[in-house]
Amino acid sequence: MKFKGLFPVLFLLLVLTAVVSLTLGKYPVPLQDTARFFLFRLFGVGNISPEYYQILGNLLVDIRLPRILAAILIGASLSVSGAAFQAMFVNPLVSPGLLGVLAGASFGAALGMVFSKTWVAVQACSFLFGFAAVLISVGIAKMHKGNTILLLVLGGVISGALFTSLLSIIKYIADPYNQLPAIVQWLMGGLSLVDRATILAVGIPQIVSIIMITLFSGYLNALSMGDEEARALGVPVEWVRMLLIFLATLMSALTVVVAGMIGWVGLIIPHIARMLVGPNNKILIPASALIGAIYLVVVDDVSRLLFNVEIPIGITTSLIGIPFFAFILRKAKRGWN
Amino acid sequence: MKPLIRAEGITFGYTDKVVLRDIDFDIAEGEIVTLLGPNGCGKSTLIKIILGLLRPGKGTVFFNGTNIAHVTAKSLAREIAYVPQIHKSSFPYSVIDVVLMGRIPHKTFFFRYSNEDMDIAHDALERLSIPHLAERPYTDISGGERQLTLIARALAQGARTFIMDEPASGLDYGNQLRLLEQIINLSREGYTFIKSTHSPEHALWVADRAIMIKGGVIVADGACDDVISNERLFHLYNARVNVMKLNGSLRVCVPESICGCMAFGATG
Repeated sequence: MKFKGLFPVLFLLLVLTAVVSLTLGKYPVPLQDTARFFLFRLFGVGNISPEYYQILGNLLVDIRLPRILAAILIGASLSVSGAAFQAMFVNPLVSPGLLGVLAGASFGAALGMVFSKTWVAVQACSFLFGFAAVLISVGIAKMHKGNTILLLVLGGVISGALFTSLLSIIKYIADPYNQLPAIVQWLMGGLSLVDRATILAVGIPQIVSIIMITLFSGYLNALSMGDEEARALGVPVEWVRMLLIFLATLMSALTVVVAGMIGWVGLIIPHIARMLVGPNNKILIPASALIGAIYLVVVDDVSRLLFNVEIPIGITTSLIGIPFFAFILRKAKRGWN
Repeated sequence: MKPLIRAEGITFGYTDKVVLRDIDFDIAEGEIVTLLGPNGCGKSTLIKIILGLLRPGKGTVFFNGTNIAHVTAKSLAREIAYVPQIHKSSFPYSVIDVVLMGRIPHKTFFFRYSNEDMDIAHDALERLSIPHLAERPYTDISGGERQLTLIARALAQGARTFIMDEPASGLDYGNQLRLLEQIINLSREGYTFIKSTHSPEHALWVADRAIMIKGGVIVADGACDDVISNERLFHLYNARVNVMKLNGSLRVCVPESICGCMAFGATG
């Protein structure tokens, strides 16, 4: 393996980023205090005054830690999902956002929020409509003959627009005093309301999906050579791709449930990872997971620290992602035609 | 002898158009069979049906006596390898990564490539004299090198039957000749080839047998030297071509309109 040293380095970088992020905020906690707190809390080593312990506990464990874990999960999920979609559709231009998954999931989640109050319903709706959105994108692309890469992007645009309009209907009929502001704020993307229960509810399926996709990465390589070659290489294309669409949609739809629409991560991180480690999905998928996690933790730090008011993270990722993608488009385009 | 591949009454069509009608043939182990025919005659469709990528509307393909419709993609892939027309991949996989994909039919779902797989892949590159390409991006090498990479992948697959869709198309002249040479070498080792081509000369030079297809039916099937004649080529391509015998047994095709004379003493 060429990249043996890479994963420990990326992992270390992720841990470092997470630890530094713990200390950052409106009330900065010095690194040594953070270390003392965790040493005391986990191993009972050292001593801290009870009041300070209480404050730190609230700040670090109840507020910042869930937020950082959520950022890690969301960054990893969007990136892995993007890398998987790009490989399985032989299309470096797609991502959960561009395939309409995020729009579909947003509509589903909003629907769940307005008509039902349970988490399970919100999650299930969000997944179902995210999945419907991909199928519509793919269906539209398949209906026509021509440049498959462009057609799938167009299919995604159409499917995304459809669910965005449906979402507008929900916004229109939502109660304008409570539900509407809640939906709008949540959609712009934010991690400030994340708690431990949410992380458990979405984190487990997301981690399982990441592991499954990593395990299937050899098949992803074959799929990225096109359907016919993949089948001639012995891959049962139909059900393998259905399963992979299922996993990639599940993990990215759940990010919407937690933090709204976070665009561009699923598109640019796989490209960055591919520039670093090459296109072999056996390495690309785990590398995308780690790089995406680091990226989103950093972007969340920027969102909450740059100005006095927190900027919704979905806005920050777009503001960073769009110019960056425009910049790498030329380099990323090599070898598509 | 029992045929390696038998096609029985293959018919394939869409609602408005019949692509193939009642195709029958037997192919023995070790044969090199060339499919000849104009564009749109159904060659590519036939290739996909033999590979199990398309289901025929009627008829059956047997491999070693077994109906391939009853065999999983995986076990078929261990017997028959597909060498597609050269294409530009969307992702710049290294050549060795592409060749390693040939090991997929020998693996279960969640697999890692073993050292043995690595050895097999490097060995395949060695046999085609391209070991130096192993780490190069597949998107950056020449068309000829890409075609050899795809053949190396077929070798790594462990299959003994190679099905090639216009392997020479898009290659420059030198690479076309080197490709034909590799096909001859491999066939001496007992590999079976079914390939489509647009060049009757390639059939005359490397194939034992030609199957000519026009309008979805077989119009001729037999030893190349018998089947590839002036009349048949005219029928097939609507072009007047003289098939000539050079000193020895080698034959070449010379377009009549260009050579403008029969003075060479065509044998066709």
